[in-house]
Amino acid sequence: MIHVKNLSLSIHGTPILDQVSLTIAEGQIFGLVGESGSGKSMTALALMQLLPTGAVATGHARLDGTDLLALPEAGMRALRGASLAMIFQEPMTALNPVQPIGVQVAETLLIHGAADRGKARKIARDCLHRVGLGHIGTEVYPHALSGGQRQRVCIAAAIALRPRLLIADEPTTALDVTTQAQILDLLKALVTEQNMALLLITHDLAVVTDTASRIAVMHQGRIVEQGKTTDILRRHRHPYTRTLCKASAHRPERQNHAAPEPLLQLSKVVRLYPGRRQGFFRRGTPLRAVDGVSFDLHYGESLGLVGESGCGKSTLARAILGLEPIQGGRITAFGKPVSPQLPNALRARIQVVFQDPYGSFNPRWRVEHLVAEPLHLMANPPVGRARRDHVAEALKAVHLTPKDMDKYPHEFSGGQRQRIAIARALMTHPDIIVLDEAVSALDVSVRARILDLLATLQTRMKLGYLFISHDLTVVRAITDRVLVMQAGRIVEHGATRAVFSSPRHACTRTLLQAAPGLRAM
Amino acid sequence: MRRFPLALWIGVALSALFLITALLSLVWVPHDVTRLVIAGRLQPASTTFPLGTDQFGRDILSMLMVGARTSIAVALVAVGIGMLIGVPLGLAAAALRGSLPDEIIMRGNDLIFAFPSLVIAILITAVFGPSAVNAILAIGIFNIPVFARVARGGALGVWTLDYILAARTAGKGRVRISAEHILPNIANLLIVQATIQFSLGILAEAALSYVGLGARPPTPSWGRMLAEAQTMIYTHPMLALLPGGAIMLMVLGLNLMGDGLRDLLDPRIRRARQ
Amino acid sequence: MPPFGRSSRKDTPFPAFRTRETGFNLGAMLRYALHRLFSLTLSLMGASVVIFLVIEVIPGDSATFMLGLNATPETVAALREDLGLGGSLWERYWAWASGMVRGDFGTSYTYRVPVSDLVLDRLWVSLPLALYALSLSALIAFPVGLVAAAGRGTAADYGIMGATQLGIAVPNFWFAMLLVLIFAVNLQWFSAGGFPGWEHPGAAMKALTLPAIALALPQASILARVMRSAVLETLDQDYIRTARARGLSHRQAVLRHALRNALIPVLTIIGLQFSFLLAGAIIIENVFFLPGLGRLIFQGITQRDLVVVESVTMLLVFAVILVTFLVDLAYAAVDPRIRQT
Repeated sequence: MIHVKNLSLSIHGTPILDQVSLTIAEGQIFGLVGESGSGKSMTALALMQLLPTGAVATGHARLDGTDLLALPEAGMRALRGASLAMIFQEPMTALNPVQPIGVQVAETLLIHGAADRGKARKIARDCLHRVGLGHIGTEVYPHALSGGQRQRVCIAAAIALRPRLLIADEPTTALDVTTQAQILDLLKALVTEQNMALLLITHDLAVVTDTASRIAVMHQGRIVEQGKTTDILRRHRHPYTRTLCKASAHRPERQNHAAPEPLLQLSKVVRLYPGRRQGFFRRGTPLRAVDGVSFDLHYGESLGLVGESGCGKSTLARAILGLEPIQGGRITAFGKPVSPQLPNALRARIQVVFQDPYGSFNPRWRVEHLVAEPLHLMANPPVGRARRDHVAEALKAVHLTPKDMDKYPHEFSGGQRQRIAIARALMTHPDIIVLDEAVSALDVSVRARILDLLATLQTRMKLGYLFISHDLTVVRAITDRVLVMQAGRIVEHGATRAVFSSPRHACTRTLLQAAPGLRAM
Repeated sequence: MRRFPLALWIGVALSALFLITALLSLVWVPHDVTRLVIAGRLQPASTTFPLGTDQFGRDILSMLMVGARTSIAVALVAVGIGMLIGVPLGLAAAALRGSLPDEIIMRGNDLIFAFPSLVIAILITAVFGPSAVNAILAIGIFNIPVFARVARGGALGVWTLDYILAARTAGKGRVRISAEHILPNIANLLIVQATIQFSLGILAEAALSYVGLGARPPTPSWGRMLAEAQTMIYTHPMLALLPGGAIMLMVLGLNLMGDGLRDLLDPRIRRARQ
Repeated sequence: MPPFGRSSRKDTPFPAFRTRETGFNLGAMLRYALHRLFSLTLSLMGASVVIFLVIEVIPGDSATFMLGLNATPETVAALREDLGLGGSLWERYWAWASGMVRGDFGTSYTYRVPVSDLVLDRLWVSLPLALYALSLSALIAFPVGLVAAAGRGTAADYGIMGATQLGIAVPNFWFAMLLVLIFAVNLQWFSAGGFPGWEHPGAAMKALTLPAIALALPQASILARVMRSAVLETLDQDYIRTARARGLSHRQAVLRHALRNALIPVLTIIGLQFSFLLAGAIIIENVFFLPGLGRLIFQGITQRDLVVVESVTMLLVFAVILVTFLVDLAYAAVDPRIRQT
């Protein structure tokens, strides 16, 4: 039904796509997989003819015989939203904030003259009902909705005219695992119901494994391999597919070195946030972001902390780092209480690596300065030559070269930056490292190498890791024990293997079922 | 907007021209601007008086040169006041976000914003009498909330970034973080705002002098030259055209420079935050 | 822009339901308005305290200040009595502030008439002038800014941007002088100044036209630039791409989605501009010899009539705070996210 042949694309002369060919049939889900920058989103935009200025596309893209690349803009406009619909990655910004959602769904119908206003409104209501938003009505504004709900609104607007092909560009990347599973299920159901074709674009092999019947693997603007999903994943004919599959299921080699004596102990920790302001003086009831959490972390142990966004993981991390006060219970590290008044000598022994490899560094500082920042915690920090040696040593430990010291952070890739972040955390020879979604923003192959590095460092330095993540695959790969958090409480804990193979709490089961990779592998 | 080079260079050239003129007037002007020569009044342009003389026989070129000095000095000091007080206040408000001091600083800002700048000047002059110092004070006070807002707004954005958390885990306090991490990263915003406030200061000084609330005679200023020229506008329009044109060119230069700087500095901010 | 509101004739027999139909929550809006009204009152109280204190810090006391150094002790004592300077600081503030709430602004020392009468007369010049200038600047700026944004990077865009740079750089009182020179002196289309009074509405409007243009030009330049960049900014948003994917043309996407969102920053600037407009009006009134509040306050200063200065200042500040309040309401009407607080 949709037939792309030899699609090539360049932007201002830079080649982006090279001879991309693919075919999608009615009622079929076609997965397009690749790492960031592989050209998968550009393929979609080329089909929609919504390319950035300066882009030149050649080849053919036929939808039921009509060549989209040859169509004039007016003809393309008649197809967009009608036969050819698209949803995007970022549901938070994909809707107009000043229009009620019903209006935005109905717009698809009105623009194409498919219905008068009254009828469009009725159809919009039906579509919203179909995507599971019947209970919230059509008059709500986007800001009142969660990310998953917003993505449903986008889907409702996309299916309003029963398109032949729906393109979904990373539709669930910005969402929690359980929400992701719901959205994928919804898309699957819609494909069967409306007998449309779905082009599902993702960086996550696990997502397409469960959903798509055919997949194409993209690398540097080319499709390196395509075929039946099961074939591709089982045979790994192409070396790139093999690397990709291996990397996404990668488990670093490590043994459990946990020593008996605890490094960090939490006992009934409570963290309250003041309630929303109501008027000038009153405040609502405080929010219990962390509610009675207790656990121990031992020398050389990796402890996973999993939960959906907003469950209190990061809040707990900030309390453990002694950045925010707690309102109940006790946190002790090395036998001393942890609080914002934590003495520098102890603070030096608890360090952190954050998720965002871009926001983690002051863009105006050189790497030497950045990595050396925690030395501030030492009573007699090394200066000059000694400091440079110190930094060089830390950079070598994370497989960077001492020459990198004089560069600025923007000169490094995401994976390299995460290495720098780890080097910074190692500077004061800590015992505990809190890894707050430390590999979540990385491509799978980079992620695999960082996980290896973390495992090596742990064995060498007897580090205790608190590994916070929403990504269960990663947690399973690197932790000894795992804690499952929901609404500020720990609902389940135990040895990682045991928890993953026989979860007891409903929350854990939902998480595990939702996690696409774990279902398939 | 990729047109920064030309606009920026025009802006820098104009601003530099006026700055050099003002500096030059400190050591040399063609004629003494305090001596009134009634016999030589309203002369047309000549080799002795390149732009002619005014109704008191003073050399207009010299008046413009010294006027540039007055304008620049007033605007510069006013911007300095605004930055020196406003930026620390804004940084403090951001560092103590949501607390009582933040609330007080921001409400105080709103309060000053509620006063039309000229009304502050009028109040101050009504009480202390007209002078250049009072004009500086009046314009400077109005600059404080502007810089406080820009600093706070920029700082709040930086405070949410992970490298601030990293600095806190390195045991650094709010003051130190504000100085080491926040200030350098909002410097672009502040520089751009400073050029904008500088040009507004020039305009405000001209307006105050025009209504007799600025620098007192015999110190020449562009605004008062315009006020004095107003009665002569029917017969000698050049007397009004020249100082007005000077104000316009100076402000234009500063604005072009500010815009150019923003375009030049912005992509770096964007790239760094991606 | 809300198609449901207009379309719902069949389903909603009463127009009153329309607000609900477009998701416009009247209760939330009202709560928001009350909230803003409360901060408006606080700002007014703060401003009145500041103005009162500035007048209070005058060396000596205001009676001596107003009469000058040559006054006899008896006249000073009499004026002190008149001004009610006998009481404590708090009593005097209370008398002044509560008087103003009742509409009693005190008695002008030089004119010997209630300040409220003086102010009311002048207000009928200054207020129409400010509104005239504001509407002019909006009328010019909106289409010009939109044209520049739509034709980004074209000759029209560069031309408009260059012209607005000049417009911002021109001091408005100088521009006013140029207007007089061209339209009153050379072309003789307008009179050079003065105000005939509202008994002759046509002539009155004509007398305000040149001053309004002089005031509006720099404001329109700023507004046009803000409009342009606000529209360009919203054009980069994801929801514009979504709209395009839904089959809207570029033009439709701009009109249906970008404009209303772009209005949000534009409103902020209009609110801020009002303060500059008032300040500008004070000066422009002097150029055109218009009997407005600006003239009154300058007369008050030269005649050392503190009662007039104090009251007119307070009135101007009140106007600015009121406009801020109105802008806040307009904000909430445009942006549903704000109504929530």
